[in-house]
Amino acid sequence: MNTQPTFSERWSPVLTVRGLSVDYEADRPVHAVREVDLALGRGEILGLAGESGCGKSTLAYAVNRLLRPPAHVVGGEVVFHHADGAETDVFALDGEQLRRFRWNRLAMVFQGAMNALNPVLTVRAQLEDVIRAHEPATDRRERGRRCAELLELVGVDPRRLDSYPHELSGGMRQRVMIAMALVLRPDVLFMDEPTTALDVVVQREILAEITRLRAELGFAVVFITHDMSLLLEISDRIAIMYAGRVVEEGGTERLRRTPLHPYTLGLLRSFPSLTGDPTGLHGIPGRTPDLAESLDRCAFAERCPYRREVCDGEQPPLVAHPDSPAGADGRAACHAHDPSRYGTAPPESLLRGEFRPIEESEVIR
Amino acid sequence: MSTFEVRDLVKEFRLREKGGRRRLRAVDGVSFDLSAGSTVALVGESGSGKSTLARMLARLLPPSSGEVRVDGRVVGTGRGATRGYRGDVQMVFQDPFASLNPFHTVGHHLSRPLRLHGGRLTSSELNERVERLLERVALVPPDRVVGKQPHELSGGQRQRVAIARALAPGPRVLLADEPVSMLDVSVRLDILNLMDRLKAEEDLAVLYITHDLATARHFSERVLVMYRGQVVERGDSDDVILRPRHPYTRLLRSAAPDPGGSDPLTVPVEPASTEVPAGDQGCPFRARCPHAMSVCSRRPPEFPVGDGHLTSCWLYESSTEENT
Ligand SMILES: Nc1ncnc2c1ncn2[C@@H]1O[C@H](COP(=O)(O)OP(=O)(O)OP(=O)(O)O)[C@@H](O)[C@H]1O
Ligand SMILES: Nc1ncnc2c1ncn2[C@@H]1O[C@H](COP(=O)(O)OP(=O)(O)OP(=O)(O)O)[C@@H](O)[C@H]1O
Ligand code: SF4
Ligand code: SF4
Ligand SMILES: [Mg+2]
Ligand SMILES: [Mg+2]
Repeated sequence: MNTQPTFSERWSPVLTVRGLSVDYEADRPVHAVREVDLALGRGEILGLAGESGCGKSTLAYAVNRLLRPPAHVVGGEVVFHHADGAETDVFALDGEQLRRFRWNRLAMVFQGAMNALNPVLTVRAQLEDVIRAHEPATDRRERGRRCAELLELVGVDPRRLDSYPHELSGGMRQRVMIAMALVLRPDVLFMDEPTTALDVVVQREILAEITRLRAELGFAVVFITHDMSLLLEISDRIAIMYAGRVVEEGGTERLRRTPLHPYTLGLLRSFPSLTGDPTGLHGIPGRTPDLAESLDRCAFAERCPYRREVCDGEQPPLVAHPDSPAGADGRAACHAHDPSRYGTAPPESLLRGEFRPIEESEVIR
Repeated sequence: MSTFEVRDLVKEFRLREKGGRRRLRAVDGVSFDLSAGSTVALVGESGSGKSTLARMLARLLPPSSGEVRVDGRVVGTGRGATRGYRGDVQMVFQDPFASLNPFHTVGHHLSRPLRLHGGRLTSSELNERVERLLERVALVPPDRVVGKQPHELSGGQRQRVAIARALAPGPRVLLADEPVSMLDVSVRLDILNLMDRLKAEEDLAVLYITHDLATARHFSERVLVMYRGQVVERGDSDDVILRPRHPYTRLLRSAAPDPGGSDPLTVPVEPASTEVPAGDQGCPFRARCPHAMSVCSRRPPEFPVGDGHLTSCWLYESSTEENT
């Protein structure tokens, strides 16, 4: 399948995920990631959004080879593309190879990172450790200077270097974690909800810093967040997940203007406007399907105002819809854009980007 | 009826640093009221003292000075009083990864406060209450969720367990520190609507700490803006968010994304990492303020700029004269 977006001539992949599936083993296994296909371009910022519990963190853990039992990769592959064209099969690495690969190529700011610092070491000790390991040429004085510089980069007073994690606010801890990841200078940086505790001013400063460093060092970022407006602002490309699958993917501008998948529409439409009318603020009625079920239908069907019979009987493939308003940009997993399955052309209102939530009472359970 | 009166609350921390120790005023003389049946949103800079303030209100941290009165009385510090207080005043912590016990199931997290504060319940009543709580925070199917441990849940799912736990004892005051920051819009709106309903139906008083100005506006009656330990602006939510007056609130507002709105965002942001020294007598924003004047080296009192709308900024000094 051609997953390469067409929005940029210079686009070349740094990471390709093919058919990735992850289960959490249990009496009824949880199929948290289901046949995900995704490609990340070199130096690109890919935004990843989707419902709480839909598998975003699991996907990031799997790609970084950080899954622990009961989680298991049950299918698919992840390929890392080196700048010289060589490829690494990430799932085939082990031992020292894997350690070196993770250390040099990938870095991850974990969700809940504000809780991931070592509670008994000062910020300085923890930053210095990372610097010593990654920039062995630095001497003590230089490390001290780098530490201060890093904190300033993320807007924390360098005098806080001697503080312990519990003496920092939630957002300050998040910023220390971001600073640490930046020391690693990876090819691919995963950031899982890295800014939940940051005010919008600081958030902007940090995002500007990340985009600047990205331009300077050329790393790619997978940015996971629930904040759609933030995502639209920072990402080159966006992937939307629902119930373990990617249901839509494409260039940010296209996705903003002409979202194809009704779930994407719902997400974009339910975002409360700062200045707008507060009446009728509600999300998308209905509930996410149980991830222990195997889904041979559209997972969004119960909640979708556009569903038809085919949606309950067949899982829509994630494919390009060249005749849709999206043209050649991106893919969506929705029958409504495939007249041969849906029976008719896509409804006008869908093309106009309307999401009229079906009432809770209409939702079939 | 006023539920909660916060008066002149101060929290100082001592910080180690290279040259010795230093004092930090994390909360610097904060006063406000939190009333039954209404929500106050607390927004502000990261590190401005919001969580510290909430932890003092929850009695998890003793204030350096100042007091909190409940229905006009200062609550005693004895064991009985503290226990009653903790049932009435519940907190949702900012970090759901740290605030749940890794060894306990979801069911245990919820049934404990129910048993402790909910009176005598049979085990089937207890189960029913637990399931209802889970339904309310959209953790379904409840019978499958109760047996899970925190590490088996996603970030947003943990956040919802934390909210359900806080609601379990039927509190009168809810201190919610970034309660929905890891939830998608849809669930986020569900939870905020739930808090809104409880506020109306059960006379809950809510302190909603958030970085999301849009939901701060839509889900609260009043907004407080904090900067470096101080409340720099307060007023009805529409006034503060739509017509901000303090230069810091304006900066915040201009940096907020607004997908549905029209005004473009322009203001360039001056990074500022340097903390204000504890003994500082001036306006805490003056190092970054484009309007700073010589008078700003004295701390500005609150000046009225509208009906119930106050801001601590010398720019509005003259408005007092007009108003009096
Ligand atoms: N150890 C586990 N055992 C069983 N199920 C698990 C386990 N860990 C996670 N899950 C389930 O797998 C699903 C995906 O979890 P994941 O953490 O990837 O979600 P997420 O998309 O990151 O959500 P959020 O936005 O809330 O962080 C969730 O429904 C979660 O309940
Ligand atoms: N136990 C402590 N010891 C020393 N300093 C502390 C302690 N707890 C908090 N602080 C400091 O007090 C200030 C206020 O922290 P607080 O956690 O209240 O901020 P916040 O407004 O909640 O920020 P955020 O939005 O980032 O969560 C910060 O400078 C923080 O470093
Ligand atoms: S496949 Fe059908 S149910 Fe699913 S999103 Fe498309 S129209 Fe809706
Ligand atoms: S008091 Fe002075 S420095 Fe402070 S915000 Fe107002 S004008 Fe700026
Ligand atoms: Mg997650
Ligand atoms: Mg906080």
